[in-house]
Amino acid sequence: MANLLGGYFAVGKVLLILLLTLFRREIMSLDNLKNDALAAIAAAQDLSGLDQVRVQFTGKKSQLAEFSKGLGKLDPEQKKEQGAAIHAVREAINGALNTKQSELQQAALNAKLASETIDISLPGRGQAVGSIHPVTQVQERISNFFTRAGFVVESGPEVEDDYHNFEALNIPSHHPARAMHDTFYFDAHHLLRTHTSSVQIRTMETQDLPIRIICPGRVYRCDSDQTHSPMFHQIEGLVITKNTSFAELKGLIINLLNEFFEKELKVRFRPSYFPFTEPSAEVDIMDERGRWLEVMGCGMVHPNVLKSCGINPDEYKGFAFGLGVERFAMLRYDVKDLRLFFQNDIRFLSQFA
Amino acid sequence: MKISENWLRQWVNPAVDSDALAHQLTMAGLEVDDSSTVAKPFTGVVVGEVLTVEQHPDADRLRVTTVNIGSGEPLQIVCGAPNVAVGLKVPVATVGAILPGDFKIKKGKLRGIDSNGMLCGASEIDLEDTVDGLLVLPQDAPIGMDIRDYLKLDDRVIEISITPNRGDCFSIKGIARELGVINHLSVTPINIEPVVATIDAKKQIVLNSKGCPRYAGRVIQGINPQAVTPQWMVDALTRSGIRVHSVLVDITNYVLLEQGQPLHAFDLNKINGNIQVRQALAKEKITLLNEQEIELNDDVMVIADDTQVLAMAGIMGGLHSSVTDSTTDIFLESAFFDPLAIAGRARRYGMHTDASQRYERGVDFELAVPAIERATQLIVELAGGQAGQVVFVEQADALPKRESIALTLAQVTQLLGYEVSEAFVTQTLTDLGMQISGDAQGWEVIPPSYRFDIAIKEDLIEEVARIYGYDNIPVKMPVLDVVLKPAQDRLTIQQLRQTLVSLDYQEAISFSFSDEKLEKQLNPDVKLLSLANPISSDLAVMRSTLLSSLIPSVQYNLNRQQSRVRLFETGLRFDASQLNADNQTGNTSVINDLKQIPTLAMIASGSALPEQWHAKAQPMDFYDLKGEVERILMAARLSATFARCQHAWLHPGQSASIVINGQAIGYIGRLHPSLEDSLDLGKTWVSEMDLDVLLQPYVSNFTELSRFPSVRRDIAILINANIAVDEIQYTIQAAAGELLIQNWLFDVYTGQGIETGQRSLAFGLLWQHPERTLEDTEVKEGMQRVIDALQNTYKATLRAS
Repeated sequence: MANLLGGYFAVGKVLLILLLTLFRREIMSLDNLKNDALAAIAAAQDLSGLDQVRVQFTGKKSQLAEFSKGLGKLDPEQKKEQGAAIHAVREAINGALNTKQSELQQAALNAKLASETIDISLPGRGQAVGSIHPVTQVQERISNFFTRAGFVVESGPEVEDDYHNFEALNIPSHHPARAMHDTFYFDAHHLLRTHTSSVQIRTMETQDLPIRIICPGRVYRCDSDQTHSPMFHQIEGLVITKNTSFAELKGLIINLLNEFFEKELKVRFRPSYFPFTEPSAEVDIMDERGRWLEVMGCGMVHPNVLKSCGINPDEYKGFAFGLGVERFAMLRYDVKDLRLFFQNDIRFLSQFA
Repeated sequence: MKISENWLRQWVNPAVDSDALAHQLTMAGLEVDDSSTVAKPFTGVVVGEVLTVEQHPDADRLRVTTVNIGSGEPLQIVCGAPNVAVGLKVPVATVGAILPGDFKIKKGKLRGIDSNGMLCGASEIDLEDTVDGLLVLPQDAPIGMDIRDYLKLDDRVIEISITPNRGDCFSIKGIARELGVINHLSVTPINIEPVVATIDAKKQIVLNSKGCPRYAGRVIQGINPQAVTPQWMVDALTRSGIRVHSVLVDITNYVLLEQGQPLHAFDLNKINGNIQVRQALAKEKITLLNEQEIELNDDVMVIADDTQVLAMAGIMGGLHSSVTDSTTDIFLESAFFDPLAIAGRARRYGMHTDASQRYERGVDFELAVPAIERATQLIVELAGGQAGQVVFVEQADALPKRESIALTLAQVTQLLGYEVSEAFVTQTLTDLGMQISGDAQGWEVIPPSYRFDIAIKEDLIEEVARIYGYDNIPVKMPVLDVVLKPAQDRLTIQQLRQTLVSLDYQEAISFSFSDEKLEKQLNPDVKLLSLANPISSDLAVMRSTLLSSLIPSVQYNLNRQQSRVRLFETGLRFDASQLNADNQTGNTSVINDLKQIPTLAMIASGSALPEQWHAKAQPMDFYDLKGEVERILMAARLSATFARCQHAWLHPGQSASIVINGQAIGYIGRLHPSLEDSLDLGKTWVSEMDLDVLLQPYVSNFTELSRFPSVRRDIAILINANIAVDEIQYTIQAAAGELLIQNWLFDVYTGQGIETGQRSLAFGLLWQHPERTLEDTEVKEGMQRVIDALQNTYKATLRAS
């Protein structure tokens, strides 16, 4: 093709020289020259064709150059007139050449872009993205609330001794409350912690006052069905300070619940019993169907608990609360079967990506 | 505990409906789990009297009856019940009645005979069938009366969960007391008149245990064992979830429910000599009422006669001395046992009885005598008999102390967080049966004999709050004085999880106990901590590795048509290798010797990338996993080396331990192929790392950037294939000196042209001076030092590059 085009232009060139020779002595009008040039520019198909036209009409050997050379022979008056005329024609031709060049460049770019167009509907390449377990997500959501409120996250052992899980929490060995905890035992003195409350004790034993902690973690009860799992998660909270009250405990809990469920909930506190708090309360929220759902327990830290950790209950007060993370996750995601959380079915897990 | 609302309202009857009553109880700490009518809703059933019964002409089993329901003409009703008879009073579902289950009664024909209604059996009106056929009503049942009214089927059964501290509420009397306080109503007491002794018979009672401060006993003779328990008592018992037995047992149960005092009736003629309360002898045996034979311990208190144990005190009676349908003479016991002498024993023997439940939590110690009188009164009234005198013995020094508790108004206000009025405190505590003296600056409060949960001022403050209503306490936001601690830079657990998610791992949470068999399969030498009471045999040991939890999760997913499973989990693994063989001795060092190690585990099976359109899925290999682990280590700002390792559960040629500062902090690798086979897994890649190391604080350092150009030179060497690349890189760096700012491997080649046992490695070396442009000769000399070092150290040869 290039050869063929080259041939065509070669032929054109010969013709042109022939014409120029024929009319060498003729005075071709500048107007005609301009018209020919503009026509040739308009007809140019591509950038190299346009370049040919540029050389032909504005090059050193072009007729326009001839006209310019001829100026020397003219008298000053004519020279001025003819010079201006030549200049105008040159301007016109150059202008047309530049315009045409941008057009052709744009067309060439457009053609190149068109040829590079791909199917954007094909999927992207590479690794997929995993997911964080819904129980962790809920745990983080709750932990975030408390860390923003100045709480520190603590943890403790899951294989615990009887003292930290029961005795120090005011649950002596024959206490009927032990029947509420279906405890996994290793031997007479060691067990899997039945609640994260054991971390309260470990923290109070070692940390300076005031204390403001939460302890999320796994807890264990020897019980398994659709609503009970032998392992589940709790978040325990503990505040020990010189002056706090049940009213403040209520304030904090209501705030947490409203933030977690993203609405102003109907919340109620009703008297209950935990050996390690006095007064003790269960917290219920009202669901869409107007039923009360128990969501957490709380209360003012029992003086015996403070004493067992070497804290003077006349000087310091505190409150504690505990909630079941799976319970919150079930409510938040509308999961009905607790067991789903521990099957690790990736079809379930990927829904929480 | 279940109670009948009607029964409760006989004691105290606040002017609120059933729902409000249930709400009041719940908000006072007596949580109502359920409150529903005795029978499900139905309409149109009345008391009728059967006037005539004739055989149906065309059906052997049907009878044609006429029934008087008190209005209009007698109804002709066809009936199939075998017990239908003239003169019976029965429930009649009239035309238009709607029975439970939306069963509508219409006019109809049965085998050609008109039937205008239905005679009902118990189950048809949502009661329990005791006979096959119609529910036969007493002869005095008023004809035409709505059966719901007659049988009081709109009575509600209220189910209350009583918390362990409220033993005083395990009775109608106790709950009535609470309702009375809430509604400012007085409770109508049952009139208990002492029954005067008409016979001399009695038993001597000796208390030989401190666990029994008070014991009342009396002999009753000549009881009619065939006496029928009256309907009102049957209703009271069944609606409380207690089955009826014989009149004697029913009466003791009735008094238990009404008063909260457990009673026990012994067959008088099975008692040899006198009664004593004592601790059991070690290995002493008794066969209980439920025919279970148990061996006792000396911390169990018993009731015994001169020759043998008659009962486990406060828990269950023995079979030998139990009353039967022919018992006419009894010894009736009404005692106060100390909660500490009872608590935990029943549970130890796998029992839970109405008596032990109450004694464990505390029974009113003033109740023994009134309760025995109440029971005697009912026995004599309902079953006849002659009562002997009450023998009452007591160890006064063993009685629960009711010491006065000091309380001030300021303490109440401070703990609850609002201004409590003095009058409210005194009123509430008085209503609750406490003796209160002094004033707001210093009250002295003595709790009543039935409260076992009031010992300190906080207990009193809870009572004030409970009666005031927790919901009425105003809400305040705590003002917390925050002292911020120095914050160290570290990879947070949240960032770590996010990194794993970016690497396409899904977080798993699995049980911390696992299958011993799998643990041993993974590591035959593993030492495990076993649960004494596992939930099932395949969840009986604490996991020593998170793999024993994650492998079953992978299997679970593979079995559900998932071909690519990538999971991670963070949690404790339990290293019991330092535990003494004998951890049964109860030494507290178990907690110290057992290592509970926070661990990150990863497991991946299937292709490296999810199946996609542009390339064939490549199976995951070692370097995929290593790359992922390296990215995690990089995020944690840790520089680690990888060393060959020998773990039983890993492919010996495709595994490595992760070493940081000479310390192994985990491993990566492929599961051992024979494990993959036996576990039905494909190629499975695993890693575990110590979480605490990943999350430890780091210090960020900045090195000044050089403004001068860097120079890259490449080097390709032939070298023994067994020499580790990181070791070579270390040698290169050491030889080059500090002007070499970076070196990296960019090609590995073995195969054609390379001698077996050798490989070709190509490294890129980047040289730069921090303060000036490097001289050509400096780079040249540096490169020569590197080449010399590689030749001298490893006999490596330079390849033409």
